[in-house]
Amino acid sequence: MRHVNLLLAATLAAGLSAGTAQARDDAEIRLGIDLPYEPFMYRQADGELTGFEIELGEAVCDYLDATCVWVEQDWDGIIPGLLARNYDGIMSSMAITEERARQVLFSDPYYTTPSAWFSLRDREIDIEDRDSLEGLVVGVQRATLQDNYVSELYGDLVEIRRYTSGDDVLADLRAERLDLTFLDAPVAESSMELDAEDTRFQRVSDFIKEPEHIFGQGVGVAFRQRDRELAERFNEALAALKEDGTYDAIMARYFNYDIKL
Amino acid sequence: MQDITLWFQDLLAGNLIFTPQTLGYYWEGLVTTTQLVFLSLVIGLVMAVPLAIGRSSGRRWISLPIYAYTYVFRGTPLLIQLYIIYYGVVFFDGIQETFLWPMLREAFYPALIAFTLNTAAYTTEIFRGAIKATAKGEIEAARAYGMSQGLMMRRIILPSAFRRALPAYGNEVIFMLHASAIASVVTLMDLTGAARFVYARFYAPFEAFLFVAAIYLCLTFAILYLFRWLEKRLLAHLKPA
Repeated sequence: MRHVNLLLAATLAAGLSAGTAQARDDAEIRLGIDLPYEPFMYRQADGELTGFEIELGEAVCDYLDATCVWVEQDWDGIIPGLLARNYDGIMSSMAITEERARQVLFSDPYYTTPSAWFSLRDREIDIEDRDSLEGLVVGVQRATLQDNYVSELYGDLVEIRRYTSGDDVLADLRAERLDLTFLDAPVAESSMELDAEDTRFQRVSDFIKEPEHIFGQGVGVAFRQRDRELAERFNEALAALKEDGTYDAIMARYFNYDIKL
Repeated sequence: MQDITLWFQDLLAGNLIFTPQTLGYYWEGLVTTTQLVFLSLVIGLVMAVPLAIGRSSGRRWISLPIYAYTYVFRGTPLLIQLYIIYYGVVFFDGIQETFLWPMLREAFYPALIAFTLNTAAYTTEIFRGAIKATAKGEIEAARAYGMSQGLMMRRIILPSAFRRALPAYGNEVIFMLHASAIASVVTLMDLTGAARFVYARFYAPFEAFLFVAAIYLCLTFAILYLFRWLEKRLLAHLKPA
């Protein structure tokens, strides 16, 4: 573990002294992720990691002549894990917010997605009618923007249950322990298989991206504050990939709508 | 009253993490943890007495099933038991239509069931050990008086077994309090759940968890002193003169 960090520090130092030189051929960049988060990152049936962010991350690493090493970490410990040097960056659909930016250094945003309300298919729910929501049980993933949104705007109206993983939210929605859930829309639509005929779930609201003080300005890669140089290299790589069509090609494989920023 | 509110606001002034709101979460957590631990211990204790008597019975068709029960619940992690009872039950088809669902639907009751079954298993074994350790002379004397098995159990064996079991049972109570920290994995807002919430909201693991650790410490001290007092009273006759 330690020698990898030393290696990285050494290559960074070399990069600094050599100015613009890109002499970091066999460097590893370790990125923290919280699985599964379909379609951004998940394991295929054979155990292989895949998803939009995994592919984009690999493309960034390729561009930087480095190797991506993906480190799994539960969401609620993902920032402390970065600060504890378990990995060098977080590329795990982390939205850029003011609170987080006090702890970590964000790259430029690389995508943005809306959130939405979901329920079981046979339920009739009118999100617009606040009074009708009173007393309903809402599941969210702990410490996500969606958690903040529901806590702030619906905190005294509904009963909020906070889960460690998105899977558990779906399990309890399916079990009828939850009436509603508020989740990142692409992730929910993918893991709920909303396109399928026999899905048990439905979306019960429009896509929600406001207010900005909760949803931030999009998703960025998070680094330790001091790793400014690494963040700048990522920005450079992301800009190049957005420019040369690589980004669009990866996006087209996972989404039929635009999430580019 | 106003003085207290002012003093309180003064105390918290400028503190980003320990606001009245987060302290409210901790308070809620304290209430939930206390309820959960207290109820499971009381129910577990009531279950454990007949189970321990059965477990020390010479009839194998009584003692063996009880042994199987304590073996399973002491042999598997409490976390796994909780997962099975919380997430497992929903895989029984039609469970939502049964009269059990209003209870199983909440996070509290599955946690209570898991904790109760777990502590009952441990307490059964503690009591069984104490029953087994009853001095032979006492039993022989009881028989010589012509006591029936039931009367002997009630008057001689159980009272002395409870006293012998007291120190070990005090430990079990403390273990149970600490084990209850896993309740938050099934979304229960217990003390640890409150700490996890504060931690996740402010990314401040030290403050959130040190504060909750201090609360657990206070609770543990309270339990320790209660049992020390009980031991002093109930085991006084065992002290050297």
